[in-house]
Amino acid sequence: MIRLISIFIGLGFTVVVLWAFGNGAYVAATEGLGEETAEHAFHEHAHGPEGGFKHDGVFGKWDTAQLQRGYQVYKEVCSSCHALKYVAVRDLAKLGYTDAEIKAEAASLSVPGIDPDTGEAIVRPGLPTDYYLSPYPNDVAAAAANNNAIPPDLSLMAKARHNGTDYVYSLLTGYSEAPSALKAEFPEFETPEGLYFNSYFPNLNLAMAPPLTTDGQVTYADGTDATIDQMAQDVAAFLTWTAEPTLVERRQHGWPVLGFLLFATILAWLAKKQVWSAVKPRKEAQGLPDGD
Amino acid sequence: MSFPWAKQYTPTNPVMKFFDEKLPLPRLVYDAVGAGYPVPRNLSYMWNFGVLAGFFLVLQIVTGVVLAMHYAANAQVAFATTEHIMRDVNWGWLMRYAHANGASFFFIVVYLHIFRGFFYGSYKAPREMIWLLGVVIFLLMMATAFMGYVLPWGQMSFWGAKVITGLFGAIPLVGEPIQIWLLGGFAPDNAALNRFFSLHFLLPFVIAGVVILHIWALHIPGSSNPTGVEVKDESDTVPFHPYYTAKDGFGLGFVLIFFAIMVFFLPNALGHPDNYIEANPLSTPAHIVPEWYFWPFYAILRAFTVDFILPAKLWGVIAMFAAILIWFFLPWLDKSPVRSGHYRPLFRKFFWFGLIPAMAVLFYCGGAPAEEPYVMFSQIATAYYFLHFLVILPIVSSMEKPEPLPYSITEAVLGSDEKAVLGDNTESTA
Ligand code: HEC
Ligand code: HEM
Repeated sequence: MIRLISIFIGLGFTVVVLWAFGNGAYVAATEGLGEETAEHAFHEHAHGPEGGFKHDGVFGKWDTAQLQRGYQVYKEVCSSCHALKYVAVRDLAKLGYTDAEIKAEAASLSVPGIDPDTGEAIVRPGLPTDYYLSPYPNDVAAAAANNNAIPPDLSLMAKARHNGTDYVYSLLTGYSEAPSALKAEFPEFETPEGLYFNSYFPNLNLAMAPPLTTDGQVTYADGTDATIDQMAQDVAAFLTWTAEPTLVERRQHGWPVLGFLLFATILAWLAKKQVWSAVKPRKEAQGLPDGD
Repeated sequence: MSFPWAKQYTPTNPVMKFFDEKLPLPRLVYDAVGAGYPVPRNLSYMWNFGVLAGFFLVLQIVTGVVLAMHYAANAQVAFATTEHIMRDVNWGWLMRYAHANGASFFFIVVYLHIFRGFFYGSYKAPREMIWLLGVVIFLLMMATAFMGYVLPWGQMSFWGAKVITGLFGAIPLVGEPIQIWLLGGFAPDNAALNRFFSLHFLLPFVIAGVVILHIWALHIPGSSNPTGVEVKDESDTVPFHPYYTAKDGFGLGFVLIFFAIMVFFLPNALGHPDNYIEANPLSTPAHIVPEWYFWPFYAILRAFTVDFILPAKLWGVIAMFAAILIWFFLPWLDKSPVRSGHYRPLFRKFFWFGLIPAMAVLFYCGGAPAEEPYVMFSQIATAYYFLHFLVILPIVSSMEKPEPLPYSITEAVLGSDEKAVLGDNTESTA
């Protein structure tokens, strides 16, 4: 009885889902598999700079000189629109800055505070424990200043996109005119006033004006030539660090753990072999018929 | 239980003797996972996954309790406290990555454990209760993991919660009130986050309780084995300790190597980048996908695209829940007296060339966007899935001619068993 009911229910589900399949197949056969879109056809996948990053790969280490340069790009260019709200000035110690430098960096920030005598809202110089807050007082102001798009917090950007480090690099170096092939194929595609074409951005038009426009836009303290490509690499590396400051530390802890586990597993295997050696011939251990 | 030849616990140490009289805990351990528990001698590595699942449950509880010390279930700060764990808490990144990847490994080992059961007919008499409790555990795990994924309050947390609780909205009449009641509001917010945290903390302990029942039920008939032939004699078994403690120890080490590779080198590979964006009710992600371990069932949900008496969405919800609930009936649907797929030629073909490919397709399509051709693939696979359990298993089990079984485990392993009676090789589940 239960099996009759079961067969009945099973056929029921099958009929309904195959009916849906038939409908889908009919639509696919008569209308094709949905229309191609410009966003799909002309979106490019992010790629890293030639030679990659020093922190790439399982043995990768931070390049602190590069992270310092990337911080400088963030501070001088990106911070006029983007916050890094999970990064405190004191965290820069990990990039090799001295205490004095960190205090000076902090003092250069303006942070909303309260006057200790009158209780009035004031703007005070930052402290090492302060975070890199948004330059805008609120989201409405941020959107109003940026063609209705809010510049996102960059702390986690490198983890919040597929292949995030490469994505930041590609995005910053990926501004161009819309290619003529695109215009030929999708005549109705346009880049509205106030938006910028970038083939790495998912819908191809974004509200961020190209932030890195000229070689030498920042003057690197370490004398590195500040080409657009160099600045893009440096800030991408820096944002990888802000997204996961423990990245390198994590991998470094991984090796001894793996080594221990490998050793312990080999021992466990030998122990298992030893224990079982008297019991059974290994080959027919499970006693199963041939051919499975 | 135990077989009559099981070794007896005989403490010699006075402390242990004292314990054994007042609180026979050492005896319990000895009889459950020690030398006092005889186990078939021919178990394959497929029998390792139960112990591994237990390990990962404990790991989830330990890492989860530590995370809960630093996490705050408030929609204003949940995302920030998760980042606080990652950045400021000593070893916080390790706890969080171990917990998130631990959930994935928990599901990997449990899926293998379940499919071991499908192939070897482990659900059949006399082990029905073990199987039923296992399905309960799986349902509880799914609920726990779903609510856990909401806690970091990223974009996928929020939108996943919205989509899944929205499923209840498909139920006619009472659907919407139920959805509002579950969430404590019209959309996921503080109320939902708080209750999910509370339940996410509670359910693993409920799971631990059901696991104890699962193992209790297991110890009555004892483990099955790859031949599916029941234990007949002492020569068919070995004591759990040291034989299976050694084997499980090796299996654990082997799996932990892969776990360590994920935690230390690829901790976000199984996650979704959108969950590193804080929840935003005003911005819908391009593709809302649950965690990978829900993909087969998510594919089934989305396979029902056309109304058929009932609305398509309701069919999807019913089918998704039914896809797991039908496992409860398996012991009574598959009536073949032979347990192991190794002796069932027809069943075996449907298993390897039907169920496994269908599951693979459902896994793949559940993670893909709801577009053609993925939807059509998942429709075919969904049809097969239900046919397999509800139609093929009952029919195959009544028409198939099984291959000859060995007289006993001993005969299967050693080639002969002096106790074998000529012609008696049709051992049944009775
Ligand atoms: C003039 C203000 C401004 C400056 C300066 C600026 N950005 Fe942006 N940025 C924006 C806005 C606005 C958006 C949102 C774009 C959108 O969603 O269309 C954005 C978005 C982004 C995104 C996210 C794109 C996505 O996938 O959603 C990244 C990454 C980014 N900016 C990086 C940077 C970096 C790195 C710098 C410094 C080199 C920088 N930005 C400088 C305004 C700015
Ligand atoms: C059955 C066992 C469990 C499963 C399958 C499970 C699953 C999950 C998942 C998938 C997440 C989201 C992971 C992330 O993105 O960080 C999570 C988060 C969390 N879990 Fe669990 N969990 C289990 C047990 C527990 C237990 C026992 C506790 C506490 C007592 C706990 C506490 C937490 C906390 C506090 C978070 C949020 C913190 C964070 O996101 O980092 N979990 N869990």
